Amino acid sequence: MKAANPSPISEPHALRNRLSTLGSAALLFLGIWWAGHNLDGYQTRLLNLVAVNAILALSLNFIYGFSGMFSLGHAGFMAIGAYVSALCILTPAQKEMIWLLEPIYEPLAEFMTPFVVSVFLGGLAAALTSLVIALPVMRLGGDYLGIATLGFAEIIRVLFTNLAPITNGAIGLRGIPPYADAWWNYAWLLATLFVILSLLKSNFGNVLKSIRDDEIAARTMGIDTTAYRTMAFCVGGFFAGVGGALMGSLVTTIEPKMFNFQYTFNILLIVVAGGLGSVTGSVVGAAVITILLEWLRIIEYPMDFGFIRIPGIPGMRMVIFSVVLMLIIIFRREGLLGNREFSWNAFYDFFGSLKKRPDVHLGHLLRFLRLVKKLLAGGQP
Amino acid sequence: MNQDLFIQNLFNALTVGSLYALIAIGYTMVYGILRFINFAHGDVFMVGAYFIFFTVNFSIIPWPLAALAAIIGASALGILVDRVAYRPLREAPRISALISAIGVSFLLENLGLVIFTGLPRPAVQPAWLVDPIIYGNIRILPLSFVVPAVTAVLVLGLLFIVYRTRPGLAMRSIARDIETTRLMGVSIDRTIALTFGLGSALAAAAGIMWAMRYPQIHPFMGVLPGFKAFIAAVVGGIGSIQGAVLGGLLLGTVEIVAVANWPELSGYRDAFAFVLLIVILLFRPTGLMGEKMEDKI
Repeated sequence: MKAANPSPISEPHALRNRLSTLGSAALLFLGIWWAGHNLDGYQTRLLNLVAVNAILALSLNFIYGFSGMFSLGHAGFMAIGAYVSALCILTPAQKEMIWLLEPIYEPLAEFMTPFVVSVFLGGLAAALTSLVIALPVMRLGGDYLGIATLGFAEIIRVLFTNLAPITNGAIGLRGIPPYADAWWNYAWLLATLFVILSLLKSNFGNVLKSIRDDEIAARTMGIDTTAYRTMAFCVGGFFAGVGGALMGSLVTTIEPKMFNFQYTFNILLIVVAGGLGSVTGSVVGAAVITILLEWLRIIEYPMDFGFIRIPGIPGMRMVIFSVVLMLIIIFRREGLLGNREFSWNAFYDFFGSLKKRPDVHLGHLLRFLRLVKKLLAGGQP
Repeated sequence: MNQDLFIQNLFNALTVGSLYALIAIGYTMVYGILRFINFAHGDVFMVGAYFIFFTVNFSIIPWPLAALAAIIGASALGILVDRVAYRPLREAPRISALISAIGVSFLLENLGLVIFTGLPRPAVQPAWLVDPIIYGNIRILPLSFVVPAVTAVLVLGLLFIVYRTRPGLAMRSIARDIETTRLMGVSIDRTIALTFGLGSALAAAAGIMWAMRYPQIHPFMGVLPGFKAFIAAVVGGIGSIQGAVLGGLLLGTVEIVAVANWPELSGYRDAFAFVLLIVILLFRPTGLMGEKMEDKI
């Protein structure tokens, strides 16, 4: 007989929390609708980058933060997703224009699918690749897994540079239709969140965390750790492929060089900064890091104040970011959120106590304002 | 393949292999002691090449002294990296040190981009090393004799330090059991600093010679040789100095021979090392010389 599994519905306030989730999703789409009418191109692009980076960070966090597999091959999975999806959405006429040096592999010339199917196929291709990679390397632990996945990502990049009939070689693909607007990106982000949260809440997620925390103990309990880790690796690979597919359509130009180790590093930075093993952390980290990375671009452009010209410093952006990563890992290893998660119960508890004891919170607020005032005063010459 | 070409390729393989070996030793020594991949090692190699470029071009120091200065500078950098980025993480999970190492690697590369600019620079090449010796149809650079010879001298010197001196004894002892070694009154931090210094010195020597072989230096020149040398260390059996040398020579040979025999594969050249890595990890995860665990330093 199966033991009664406490379903999520039986949790206290389950209905309220569900409705809150649905409500905030509706609010999000309302926000996107507003953004579509009010934001300029640059801001919209930033908004889109946040969503795609959040998907990528969630997939890496699922592999590393929740399943404990150190994978450095994310850029490779992204490349696969991006290329497969691009091959599915480029029109036959465009393909004829792009493959000039070497003709395209014949069956691909006419092949086309709708955008949503293309992204899904991109994810699927990446998941299949992760399965092929996982079969040999899953036996390895720790750093060896990291270096082996990194090796696979490099091999994928070299293959893509050389398989011109399929990938158009080093020149890459240009003019990918820009279907990935905020609606699609955030819809895919919500889908990613839904799948990953459901998996984590399920028994599958518990098994993964147990393997991460103590693999030998998990094996002693009769868990086939290799099988579970392989599955988790494929799930992560799938969403990395989805992220890559969306990214390809967002930037409209892809080439093998783009998917280098630096890309994996950026995603790793988001995951570590947000908090390993925190879904909320990955989303918040994606927003913070993406916006900061874009904002720091200013440093690399020359600035003209009328009376003085400061030349741009290429490379400075990544200098600052590598220092940030090291400071985080040395002084705040758990990242912004550690492994804490956002929950509606905590959210409502906070407002409940706000209603019951307003004086306490008012005191906090006053103290915070006083601190801000002091900082501002201190900041003035 | 005719005989002349064979001899030429043999020397090419020996040169490239020696350079991989020199870099691989740094990876293997750090991994043997601290059990993490020092991703920044390939960038120390790059900095070594830049140091000699600037000392020779912007001062009157003669070339051999400049090479020595570059090697000393790079080992100071290696020790500094350990002090700032790795020592605070000794008690942390090893993955943290690994992430910190990736951070240092990107920091050095991009700092190089900021300070030296991305413009590739011509390397320092003393004429007597690069005027080819022509013997019949064979055309060989003197470099192809000098690099393996210098490598042999450096490796023998290192083996002497590791196996015949007290600091070397401390290194081998730390690799075996760090806590017991601490109880014996050995200064762990100083020994680890020495390890980083020695490894970085060899990497800088490799960087100087690499820049003669491939005469252009740029801030990202260390990335690929770094990865490949790490792979050489894994192939040879990580933790073993002799293994690193063997792995480096093997990798150099595989690359040169494969491209020489099947020129159509030259586009895939950079993938060979990674394929070799995965094959080795699958069939012999401890590497060629990894069985003798007591040899780990």
